[in-house]
Amino acid sequence: MASSIRDLALSETGFVFDPSSGATFTVNATGLCVLHALKEGLSWGEIATRLSERFDVRSGDPARDVAELAGMLRQEGLLPASEKGAES
Amino acid sequence: MSRRPLTIAVTGLNATDNPAPGVGVIRALREGAIPGDRVVGLAYDALDPGAYAEEIVSDVFMIPYPSQGVEAFLSRIEYVHERVRLDVVLPTLDAELPSFIDIAPRLKSMGIGTCLPTRRQLDLRSKANLAALGDRAGISVPRTAVLGSAEDLSRVHEKVPYPFFVKGVYYGATLATSYDEAIAAYHKVVAQWGLPVLVQQHVGGEEFDVVGVADGEGGLVGAVPMKKLMLTDKGKGWAGITVKDDGLVDVARAFARATKWRGPFEVEVMRDRRGQYQLIEINPRFPAWVYLSVAAGMNLPLAAARIAAGESVAPFGEHEAGAMFVRISIDQVAKIRDFQSIVTTGEIVRSAH
Repeated sequence: MASSIRDLALSETGFVFDPSSGATFTVNATGLCVLHALKEGLSWGEIATRLSERFDVRSGDPARDVAELAGMLRQEGLLPASEKGAES
Repeated sequence: MSRRPLTIAVTGLNATDNPAPGVGVIRALREGAIPGDRVVGLAYDALDPGAYAEEIVSDVFMIPYPSQGVEAFLSRIEYVHERVRLDVVLPTLDAELPSFIDIAPRLKSMGIGTCLPTRRQLDLRSKANLAALGDRAGISVPRTAVLGSAEDLSRVHEKVPYPFFVKGVYYGATLATSYDEAIAAYHKVVAQWGLPVLVQQHVGGEEFDVVGVADGEGGLVGAVPMKKLMLTDKGKGWAGITVKDDGLVDVARAFARATKWRGPFEVEVMRDRRGQYQLIEINPRFPAWVYLSVAAGMNLPLAAARIAAGESVAPFGEHEAGAMFVRISIDQVAKIRDFQSIVTTGEIVRSAH
């Protein structure tokens, strides 16, 4: 069972392929930025900072958005459950 | 690597919404062809679609169903051999395998190679023996019971709890959640395939299929795992994608090692969320989607043909994940002279031989 973020194939259009499960999904530009950052091994705080730097974040909370995405990745089995809470 | 040109006969030219593997096998052989290679189709029906795909198969001969007797079957193969000089036969259908295995020594004496398991190996992977094979190979298999009569069904839940699949010994699987559903499925299977009927525990998870070729000495020549992306109403894969999961290939490897299987096979495996594997079924032949193995970097049908021809074939390296197929139905324009020829003479000979 895979499911390591590092194994994901990411295209610049936001198309994502999990080579272990055969699953495919799409993410928007911010999601793609988060996945690239996770592959690089950045911490959740660093990822939120990168989002703030690269996107026009005038309202909202990048840290919360990252946490939401992390929850979805966990649901898909792409992040281990043991990391729960690490993003907060 | 250089090799001699081969004339390879392939069966299973039916290509409907539940296609036989023949056309996929032939396309793979064509993909790896060298000058002088030739593919000959062996058809059971004059309207087998693959017989009319003249861009991939040069000559086609009707052959009798194995149920008509081994001698009639062999006699027809001898005739085909006289006409086109076969080097190799690759059978692709479950029901014909016992006959081909039985005549393999005689084919060999004629100079025709095969890449087949023994009858004993064929039995080892039968649905009725799958649990024992799982023990032997160290692979988990869902709980299974063999039913010899309808009465057996009334207490089978003590051994295999509902829901479970009711399966024919060769083909078909119906999910039953209650006794009423199970008994209906039982009678349907008996009417179509006869006894015994198998009951197999329903296990959760995602299904993966692995196509492979084994060398007959316990080794795996190559294996490609695939996840189905779209199913037909018969549950057949209509689209799929290759995946990278060493655990799936390990299941195929364990099967090859435990049985010393020789030839093509397909294993059907469930993988649950914890990454545990359960072996659902082993088919003793290539699946219809085998052409995908070529896209993933392993021409498994060509490897089987070369083994059948007596060549030594080195194991493949890694396959490529993300190779994808989407099946298509097309109206293939056929020549009436081909139809006329196969109906009246039992053959279509397009090559100048």
